[in-house]
Amino acid sequence: MYGILRTSIISVIVKLVLLELTREEESALKGEQGEIMQMAYRILVATGEATEAEKLIPIDWAHLSGVNYNTIGDAGEEFLSSISKNTRVKVKTTLNPMGFDIDNVSNYNLDDNFISKQLSIKNSYETMGVTPSFSCIPYEIFDIPKKGTQVAFAESNAAIHANSYDNLKTNKESAFSALASAITGKSPYSSLRKEDSPNLTIRMKVKNPNELTYGMLGFFAGKVGDTSVNISGLGEMDKRQCKAMCGGMGTSGTCAKFLFGDGNSDCEKIDFDEKEMQNVHDELNTAEKGDLITLGSPQLGLEEISDLVGKLKGRSFKKRCMVFLPRIVKEQARKIGYTNELERAGCEILSDCCTCLTPLICKDDVDAVTTNSIKGAFYLKNSNGVNVNLKSLSQIVEDETR
Amino acid sequence: MKILVQGKTEGIILKSQNPINFLGTVDKKTGIISDKNHELFDKSIKNSILVFPSGVGSSVGAYTIYSIKSNNTAPLAMICEKADLTVATGCALANIPLVIIDNEKFSSLKTGQKILLDTKSHNPIMLL
Repeated sequence: MYGILRTSIISVIVKLVLLELTREEESALKGEQGEIMQMAYRILVATGEATEAEKLIPIDWAHLSGVNYNTIGDAGEEFLSSISKNTRVKVKTTLNPMGFDIDNVSNYNLDDNFISKQLSIKNSYETMGVTPSFSCIPYEIFDIPKKGTQVAFAESNAAIHANSYDNLKTNKESAFSALASAITGKSPYSSLRKEDSPNLTIRMKVKNPNELTYGMLGFFAGKVGDTSVNISGLGEMDKRQCKAMCGGMGTSGTCAKFLFGDGNSDCEKIDFDEKEMQNVHDELNTAEKGDLITLGSPQLGLEEISDLVGKLKGRSFKKRCMVFLPRIVKEQARKIGYTNELERAGCEILSDCCTCLTPLICKDDVDAVTTNSIKGAFYLKNSNGVNVNLKSLSQIVEDETR
Repeated sequence: MKILVQGKTEGIILKSQNPINFLGTVDKKTGIISDKNHELFDKSIKNSILVFPSGVGSSVGAYTIYSIKSNNTAPLAMICEKADLTVATGCALANIPLVIIDNEKFSSLKTGQKILLDTKSHNPIMLL
């Protein structure tokens, strides 16, 4: 009898639900505002319960992943096509890269099915009112809202950049939670959306770091960190290095924010030294040289393009070099004359897509790729199934051009 | 216990001690586990009450959960020990009931047991 009593008390305790919904949100969850709203609220409630949120709050900007046909497949394409018929996004919504650049897709060996499915996905997002930015660096090509603004970024490097450098607040969203936030304009108030104090500090001990070092530091931080980490011992970093660190961290874990400094005295301290760096390098570097080079994961911004043009003055690549950048940056670069310079140096310029999960590099044609991107390296290795040769940009220019 | 996606269903437990990476481990059409290294290799998760520690791997795995639901090869419900956003949002989108339970309860569930899962009940997981 005591057993039964105890079981029933436990049952009562475990029924406590944390997330409180407004009457309107309850009504949407019941399906009174249509099937798609119901689905969107189901996603928000599941995310909210999983992250122990007590309420939903408004967000001002959603950035969606789940665009590349390579990643979402037929189910994703059909799903988006079906919901786009009756759904419009409620807040500013931008989009991750897709699989190719329509301007030059005919130069690559993509089958017609891929192209038509990708265009259907593009069309579905546009129908829903999403800005077709096809970029993983929204923080570099759109105006940043005022300090503390709540956003919902599904692209991991963008979420980390937004939290760490842009004074915005977002969790590391999933493709579906960001989509639900775009449709409802809301997100669960939990985790990094509130105040956060990391319990871990990483001490940067590697001397003379370049962007590759910062990428590896980020990758290491993502593995050891939980939702946020302190980082101490960083000097001045340029944009390329900041982006590399965000890209690296987003790849390896669930952590979505750097705080710069030593943190509280009771924080656990871990050193990122030559040995830890070598471990990351050994995990991702699997070749001594590459058949082609890729630059851009995250995509390159105008500042990096300008710097690249400077480095390539009077030189040209000895092998293929793919350069990934957002369309708006490509247009700006064209006006300034940078794209001419890059093409003269032998670069293939690709907008709307990225190294990461690209269908344009196939293991049947390519054994190994040289890149300075830790994020790119991880996906080239694990998703494309090719070997990777890691080098900093300076080293790439020195070794691979004449 | 946490209810992540509500619902009511009755079925037979299929339990895995291994986590499941839905992207790449579960066949999108048949709902059969295709990873040779997985303890549920060659088993179909269709119409089961799938009990496993948690989802792992790419967030795109949520799209796989949606696919098996569209192809009528999805589990009737899922029960996990740890909440992860891939399984949570995948189940939410596909409307598959999802419950998170503690380690003790997780250990007590066994493949082949018939249960009634009702997230609105005082005792959401009832052995039949």
